[in-house]
Amino acid sequence: MSGNRTAGISHEQHMDVLLPLARQQRSQAMIERLEGTFRLKVQPHHAIWMFLLFVLAVGSAQAQAPKELISPLDALIKWTPFILWGPEGGLTGFSLNIIISFFAMLFGTVAGVALGLMQISLLLPVRRGSWIVTQFFRNSPWLVLLFTIMLLFPFEIDLGFVVIPVPDWMKAVIGFSLPVMANISEVVRGAVRSLPSGQWESAESLAFNRRQTLWMIILPQCFKRMIPPWINWYCILAMATPLCSIMGVEESVTYTAQALNAEGDRPELLPVFYIFLLLIHFIYTYPIARWSIQLEKKFAVKL
Amino acid sequence: MELFGDFFKQLYDTTGWNFAVFYDPFEWDRFVAAMWTTIRLAIACLIFSLIVGFVGAWAQGAKSRIVRNVIAGYIQFFRNTPPFVQILFFYFVLGNLVPTYDAGGYQEAYIGSFGWAVISLGFFAGAFNTEIFRSGIEAVPESTVEAASALGYTRLQSYIYVIFPLAFRVCLPALNNNLVNLLKTTTLAYGIAVPEMMYTANQIWSDNVNVPEMMIVLFIFYVGLVAILVWGMSRWERKMKIPGYG
Repeated sequence: MSGNRTAGISHEQHMDVLLPLARQQRSQAMIERLEGTFRLKVQPHHAIWMFLLFVLAVGSAQAQAPKELISPLDALIKWTPFILWGPEGGLTGFSLNIIISFFAMLFGTVAGVALGLMQISLLLPVRRGSWIVTQFFRNSPWLVLLFTIMLLFPFEIDLGFVVIPVPDWMKAVIGFSLPVMANISEVVRGAVRSLPSGQWESAESLAFNRRQTLWMIILPQCFKRMIPPWINWYCILAMATPLCSIMGVEESVTYTAQALNAEGDRPELLPVFYIFLLLIHFIYTYPIARWSIQLEKKFAVKL
Repeated sequence: MELFGDFFKQLYDTTGWNFAVFYDPFEWDRFVAAMWTTIRLAIACLIFSLIVGFVGAWAQGAKSRIVRNVIAGYIQFFRNTPPFVQILFFYFVLGNLVPTYDAGGYQEAYIGSFGWAVISLGFFAGAFNTEIFRSGIEAVPESTVEAASALGYTRLQSYIYVIFPLAFRVCLPALNNNLVNLLKTTTLAYGIAVPEMMYTANQIWSDNVNVPEMMIVLFIFYVGLVAILVWGMSRWERKMKIPGYG
């Protein structure tokens, strides 16, 4: 092996310095910055390890618990439906986390695609303005955006003939959709820019006008590229939804705290409940993260 | 400074825009203290996460399977669970196990909310840093590593003196992204009552009923901080550049 190597170096072939790989890493980071995603690298056995950790926490809590009180495992079983669905199976608790993430993604995507298309507009003011909006919402902390909407958005909207109440979770949806919008906008811009310019030029030479080029040539090709980062953003959003428990939205963290309170805040229950909370979030996001990797591999087109 | 305060006082009197933090000395002191706490928190988390990333990336290349699996599990756990729940977990669960000392009549834990915020956010960002550094290390060609060992470097020495300095330069752009993210994530320390910017802003608008004004201040503060970080990192990146190494 070493013989081959030295033989290769001594002739005209250059020693492999960092240059090509470093360039690749840099462009990868540029793409990640544009798309705002981290490429998750996950393996199925990690889930088994997490489950073992959970079992360990429950076991140690069981051993610590006083005999006369309800055991940690029984307490967890008793409160699980409450944490997952809220009282009387109303859609609160963890299911509200999912609902919030779903709607925030929906609104964020619609607004984000529009903003992203504005970012590639030919009109300079539109391009500049949408760029500023995008950068502003991308670089502000999620919690600050959430507080802004929660505190400044009206609790009901009076349209003259009908009054629409805006409950807290709906405000949270709007608060979360703002950063999602900005990031999706960057995803769209990045995807459009990642297409080789030959696509635009050949469309022009075939007498497509700009709108036709966008709708019939550019965007269909971008669509595939946007899906993996889009799913990745959904994961990030789903993991951010517990933030709204600060504002008292009745989601999983709020209910976990309430359940712990109802059990008298016993210290040995805390690890069990919090690890359970981490675990249900993990169980939800993990398959989605895996799926985005698979799609990415599938859609990887070489141009 | 006087003029500055007078301007905002006048703004309040004429338009009702109450930027109390700029003319009321009490609020100004609170604001500056919070600003300082946020910056300290960000820097502490940043350094801690870089250390975690440095050690983690080294351990990922370890010979022992168990060490590698533990690191992989750590990365997956911190990347796929909500950071906010992680902070609560660290503070309420692990914080319970920390011994306390007598702080003049009441019991104070050795690690306070600030310490837990640094630890949990550091581990959160460290999980990402580990991955980033690892990809940087992979970019270092094997012949360089072999050359280092041929010169008598041990595995640790070649990591510290040869591999890491090269890998670090390669992964600076990715690191940049992560650190910006970390800076924004420091607001989560609000959840465990660290008196940082978000938390103090909440106190200030509760006392002065000036939510929109404080929101503007908050946005300017955070976007400005991110801009400074990005600018500083890109300067640093340029400075660290070795000719011929990307």
